[in-house]
Amino acid sequence: TREQAYPPILSVYPSRALVDEAFKVLVENLPPGCPVTVHSLHLSEDDNYWEAYGHYISDHRGSVSVSEDVSFGGTYTGKEPMGLLWSLRPVPGSRQGLRLRKMNVCTPMLVNISVHCGHLVEAFRDQTPLASVLTERWYMAPGVKRIDIRERGMRGTLFIPPGPGPFPGLLDLWGGGGGLLEHRAALLASHGFVSLALEYLTSGEIPTARLDYNYFEKAFNIIQDHPLVTPDRVGIFGLSLGSFVTFNLAAKSTIINPRCCVCISGFHCHPYRSMGEMIQTNLNKLHVDENNYQIWRDMSLPIPSDISKKVDMGKIKCPLLLVCGHDDQSYPAVELAEDIAQMVHAAGKDHLLTKVFYHGTGHMIEPPYSPHFRATTFMAKTKPKVILLWGGQTKPHSDAQEDSWKKILAFLQHHLYSTPNPRAKM
Amino acid sequence: MDKKKHCVKLSVQPSRALMDEKFIVLVQNAPPGFQMTIHSLHHSEDGHSWEAFGHYTADATGTVNVSQDHSVGGTYSGVEPMGLLWSLRPVPGSKPHLRFRKMNVQTPMEVTISVYQGHQTVFVDQVQLASVLVERWYMAPGVRRIPVTESNLTATLFLPPGPGPFPGVLDLWGGGGQLVEYRSALLASHGFASLALDYLTPKITLKTGKMVENDYFETAYKFLQQHPQVSGSRIAMMGLSFGTTMTLKMAVYSEVMKLSCAVCISGSHIQPVNATVEEIFIMFDTKSEKTRISEENEVIWHDVVLPVPTDPGMKADVGRLQCPLLLIVGEDDQNWAAPESAQDIKEMMEQAGNSHLLTLLSYANTGHLIEPPYTPHTRASRFKPVGSNELLVVLWGGETVAHSRAQEDAWRKTLAFLRENLYSRKNSAVTFTSHL
Repeated sequence: TREQAYPPILSVYPSRALVDEAFKVLVENLPPGCPVTVHSLHLSEDDNYWEAYGHYISDHRGSVSVSEDVSFGGTYTGKEPMGLLWSLRPVPGSRQGLRLRKMNVCTPMLVNISVHCGHLVEAFRDQTPLASVLTERWYMAPGVKRIDIRERGMRGTLFIPPGPGPFPGLLDLWGGGGGLLEHRAALLASHGFVSLALEYLTSGEIPTARLDYNYFEKAFNIIQDHPLVTPDRVGIFGLSLGSFVTFNLAAKSTIINPRCCVCISGFHCHPYRSMGEMIQTNLNKLHVDENNYQIWRDMSLPIPSDISKKVDMGKIKCPLLLVCGHDDQSYPAVELAEDIAQMVHAAGKDHLLTKVFYHGTGHMIEPPYSPHFRATTFMAKTKPKVILLWGGQTKPHSDAQEDSWKKILAFLQHHLYSTPNPRAKM
Repeated sequence: MDKKKHCVKLSVQPSRALMDEKFIVLVQNAPPGFQMTIHSLHHSEDGHSWEAFGHYTADATGTVNVSQDHSVGGTYSGVEPMGLLWSLRPVPGSKPHLRFRKMNVQTPMEVTISVYQGHQTVFVDQVQLASVLVERWYMAPGVRRIPVTESNLTATLFLPPGPGPFPGVLDLWGGGGQLVEYRSALLASHGFASLALDYLTPKITLKTGKMVENDYFETAYKFLQQHPQVSGSRIAMMGLSFGTTMTLKMAVYSEVMKLSCAVCISGSHIQPVNATVEEIFIMFDTKSEKTRISEENEVIWHDVVLPVPTDPGMKADVGRLQCPLLLIVGEDDQNWAAPESAQDIKEMMEQAGNSHLLTLLSYANTGHLIEPPYTPHTRASRFKPVGSNELLVVLWGGETVAHSRAQEDAWRKTLAFLRENLYSRKNSAVTFTSHL
């Protein structure tokens, strides 16, 4: 066709980037005032297709700039430079409760970006696009080393930044879903922190798990003992159950002294021997929504005033950054964080605590541009499949992921890298 | 251990990029006023080490930003965002007369960027404060590399990602022969189906001992034209050095090739008309008495084609060109009388009335090897012309800073020229945004 003789030029810059770096998607050489759909497609490691798209109109020069222009429809609207990533969702017909997670961090996430004629809403893969390009999104910067850690009974993966070091260190703890999740540790190493992703529950262990704090202390020591780590600049990064572990270590451990802690979507109140016991004790407060997704939130309410049922957060000795979403449906994270703040305040340690709360944001606050999932399967192995509601609305949740990551990196940079100011309020 | 040591933080963004993309090198967390050296190191495919460095002083916030701050010494000075690449040179003690060339384009050029304390010039036994690894790619993700051997061609096709069809470029290097892929790989990364063609040392010539003729180029053109992912009516030809001679020959005289445009770098139109490729090649007699030798024993072939002939039988008749022509020449070209030829081309086209097709980019203090941006400049290197057994040291010319600026500017303009002639819709004043 005549139009085909003048194909548009599609470019993504940079074409290879870290997952937390922004890109610019540009379409040029379209007819002026031409409606187009810019589409992204990703085939996950577990063989599911994820897609996102935005509806645009070219300007008088025949250009569409996803960074500058407004999307009028699709999986995101408005001026959203990164909407093609954070609004990715499983293509129609996919299973329920899918989660996008990269398990192999040594290879990039490949995303196909294409431009189609007109404002399409479906059947993208049945149409030949006008143009398409491939972009790579990496968790590991060049030169980052990945090392399996299997010592002292530990199971984890250590990521080491390139360079002579020494570097500050981080112990990276995920949540009750268990398993060994490496992607955040790999990304943190790409930002200059020796990071240990630690497995402390195998997937499916939740109902009967007991937490052994010696295990975490040993893991922390492994980081400190590493020749490329500055031993007094090691922190802890936790999410969900990982935050609970972090609170315990920060408040109670006599063996380790984290320099600072980051806790996302955490709870400090878990007076049970296991998750299984928590659920059994609070079954009457376990609700489901209209899709039969489990809402755990109310099981943690009301927050007890009895301090013996909580981690005594007044005992923390290091700076702590708390990141929570108001729409967290698995834990009342904001209420819990306020309770923590009260305990910290009562102990006269306000200067140690920073709280950041986000509206419209759920439990799973991941690195930027990770697709938001409002509910996913949990405990897939041991029981009939359960789908947990994490909460959050895609746009505000994605904004929170972007904003919180910047704040987290700045917090870690400040406490773990910067030479301490002798007149700091400590 | 110096307590300051672990504080310095070095980052390069993007850490993975195309060869022609800029990066930002940032040092943070140094003590204010801290003197440092930022150093780059590359180990080439042929086993040599190249380095560059700049001397900086951290500001009051303890930061150095190579894109904004002045280097006060080193292999480059002033505000030079990409100085750590284009001023790369072989480390002390290396063999002389090396040239940087990446022949395997499927892997990136890896460069280690490091920070050292103080203003250093020797790095062998120095302790780094920080160091990162940067990848520089010729191939964008999704670019396909396809070796081509049909119809006795020795070539490699690089296709951009996507359904196409794409405009095509026939890409020729010069008198050293071989199959040189990196420029084609980069062109494909910018949306052109580019065919790197070996026309001096193809398998057919090595087998038969005979040089190719015009039909070899026409076969390559037809291969592109007929390829399902190439727009047959939008094919350009691009040549450097002797590749220019061939490009102009085909652009002016071929009945088969209907080029949309041509790019000619560091070459000339001086050639016997109606001659075979072999006859033309022999004409550039490298032992001509017009060869000069510099004080450093470097061979200067600049005068071999001079004076510019007045006999029309000795020049491609550029007055007959029907497609736009981009001519790129370095005014310090010691290998080829490119600027003089360019002047003559301009006059011929003005007389013939087709000079509106001509764009001439002439760069002061720039030598013969006008390569993609940030390619380290080589003023003289070892060279073995096809058909000779002698490895000579040839003077290419150019002063590093000016030559590097010319490479950057010429490439940007080359891409704009190709896009204008191969992609753009007629009757629209298209200006292409560029990330470069």
